[in-house]
Amino acid sequence: MDLAYGKEYEAFRLEVRDFLAEHWLQGSREGNAPQATSDFRQTATDRGYLYRGVPKAYGGGEQPADALKAQVIREEFGRARAPMEVSGNGVSMLVPTLLERGEEWQKEKFIRKTILGEYQWAQGYSEPGSGSDLASLRTQGRLEGDEWVIDGQKIWTSQAQHCQFMFTLVRTEPEASKHAGISYLLVPLDQPGIEIKPLKMITGQSHFNEVFLNDARTPADWIVGERGEGWKVSKTTLKHERNAIGGGSQAIFESLMRLVGKATLDGRPALEDPSIRERIAALEAWVWAQKYTAYHQMTCGLQGKDPGIVTLLNKLLATDIGHEVAAVALELIGDASLKEPFAAAPDQRGDERWMNQFMGSLGNSIAGGTSNIQRNIIAERGLGLPREESTA
Amino acid sequence: MNFDLSDEQRLLQQTVDDYLKTESPLSRLREFYDSDQSIDPVIWKGLGELGILGVQLPEAYGGAGLELLDLACVAERIGYAAAPGPFLAHTIAALALSLAGSDEQKEKWLPQLATGERVATLAFAEPGALWQPEQWKLSPRDGRISGQKENVLAADSADVILVGLDQGELALVEASSDGVHFDPSSGLDRTQKTALVTFDDAICDPLPGGSGVSGRVRDAALVLLAADAYGGGQRCLELAVDYAGTREQFGRKIGQFQALKHQLANLALDIEPCRALAWYSAYAWDHIPEESARAAAHAKSHVTDRFTRVARGTVEAHGGIGYTWECEVHFWLKRAIFGRTFLGTPRVHRLRAADLAGW
Repeated sequence: MDLAYGKEYEAFRLEVRDFLAEHWLQGSREGNAPQATSDFRQTATDRGYLYRGVPKAYGGGEQPADALKAQVIREEFGRARAPMEVSGNGVSMLVPTLLERGEEWQKEKFIRKTILGEYQWAQGYSEPGSGSDLASLRTQGRLEGDEWVIDGQKIWTSQAQHCQFMFTLVRTEPEASKHAGISYLLVPLDQPGIEIKPLKMITGQSHFNEVFLNDARTPADWIVGERGEGWKVSKTTLKHERNAIGGGSQAIFESLMRLVGKATLDGRPALEDPSIRERIAALEAWVWAQKYTAYHQMTCGLQGKDPGIVTLLNKLLATDIGHEVAAVALELIGDASLKEPFAAAPDQRGDERWMNQFMGSLGNSIAGGTSNIQRNIIAERGLGLPREESTA
Repeated sequence: MNFDLSDEQRLLQQTVDDYLKTESPLSRLREFYDSDQSIDPVIWKGLGELGILGVQLPEAYGGAGLELLDLACVAERIGYAAAPGPFLAHTIAALALSLAGSDEQKEKWLPQLATGERVATLAFAEPGALWQPEQWKLSPRDGRISGQKENVLAADSADVILVGLDQGELALVEASSDGVHFDPSSGLDRTQKTALVTFDDAICDPLPGGSGVSGRVRDAALVLLAADAYGGGQRCLELAVDYAGTREQFGRKIGQFQALKHQLANLALDIEPCRALAWYSAYAWDHIPEESARAAAHAKSHVTDRFTRVARGTVEAHGGIGYTWECEVHFWLKRAIFGRTFLGTPRVHRLRAADLAGW
């Protein structure tokens, strides 16, 4: 056991720091401008710090897989508050899927603009009748000439109102069995056959949508994988999303500590309250358990070893820690919890902002696979318990 | 960067597992459980022959010259097996001696403690749950002590007792000397039996460096308790999963029922991330002095707390049979409570961790 990164990686760290000092104008007006952010990403990609798994031919940084270098980059970019890769489903889900399963022309057409943030992608998976039981989905696609014609409805489609495209699961083989009848299609959203209706979330904001497809069209070759392989193709992406949500909770814990540091209880600093001290210490221990469990998984990844059941626990661990953060914050913000989190203008918002974390932490129990479905997966795949006989 | 056990450490764990599985099967553990013995002499001798009682001691005194992490690897498997006896107190007392004893004290005791031929134990707690070095009040006068220490592991089997004194000092008291009395405590965890020790003008032999190391010795013990608790929790999870895969009701294995699956998934979620925290606390004790005390406090409070939850869940998952003396699950339920309370409850160490964090 050795937590030091070693000479080679410490040298690499200095290289990244020098790069950031030269190219990232932290906090300045110039540095915060969208064009500056986008230029910085391009430079960082050219240097091989971003999009390391994407070939240069598609605009990526193309570097040999090195989890430690990736970790050093995350740490240093985080420290400098420099922008990492563009967020969203396009980069986290579609690009890895295209890299593994896409046709050459699809990679050329979509990847570069997606990682530059020019193309944004919605994920068209869930339907009103198909949530946890996703493979029961009923949106139909049929080939007419050189086009797919799609009819049906998708729901919980995050950011669809801001996206140009959607990758979606559609039933194209109605005669085939449940999982084998699904194809993975890419669909342009700006067309008469598609209507996007924002849904208002419990936070009052509208991040997700209903997407109605009535005679929607997409070219016949905008399919990833073969007809009927969509379920398998989508499995690659779902795994990516789980990894994304299962990240460390250190940042949210540090936010909470800033709240603890300024909050008062009964007119005294909250930090002097023994019950709060006990609770945040317990929370920190939990965050450390998560952090060093992640270190172990990284080590196993580096050495090609299987870390075991913990890989299935990451998402629930982060979700549960988020719930406890919310519970502590609720104690500390007092009457601010009576306010809507986004009602006031951004610069007027106070501690009621924590009510967004309160509700968002609940969203993490649902988004990307519910906690209860994840418990089934832990029990069956992790602990080896038998599958229920009555479900397919 | 390598946050995993080495092949040697895994082999060490495998050796302990193999030995305890063969030589300390449940049938033998049950006999010990219902007896008044505080040490199973055969198992203790066997553990000594494996070399695991001196893992942490210098080679010059018959030890293996390894680190606390190696000892914690052993403690984890001891916890997994709920192995009987004072492994914790014995190894920590010897560690204290190696850190703060005089050459003469070390030569006198360490070689035979490393082999287990002689047994050491810890006498830290004073009435009122005063476990921490800064709380100790027992004070020597003319080289003799009078007073009480509670919850002393295997006191009646020990040859030498490491006693915590006023100002965080440490001293050795030979168990056979005049003025040392034992009263068995009817402890809850019968795999780790304890006694009340009364000193009545008993001769003590101070460790020259005692007050300088007593906090660190306490931290090492917290690390071992965390490791033991992870091992115990892992065993509970295995027992619960095995039972769910065996027991049938409504014509099917109960492990098919989603309610039970979710309970067991939650047990895994409670206990599995504890392993890395226990490892880190040991690694920090060995290599990161500035974070060692806080890591030990976090590991002890978090892992023993989770072990307690997991042990309760394991009893519940077993239904009626889990509530019987005959079913082994309660061995770990009670070991969980031991680990949780011994050397201070989670609350005590969380408040310490908050202080250590500078909050």
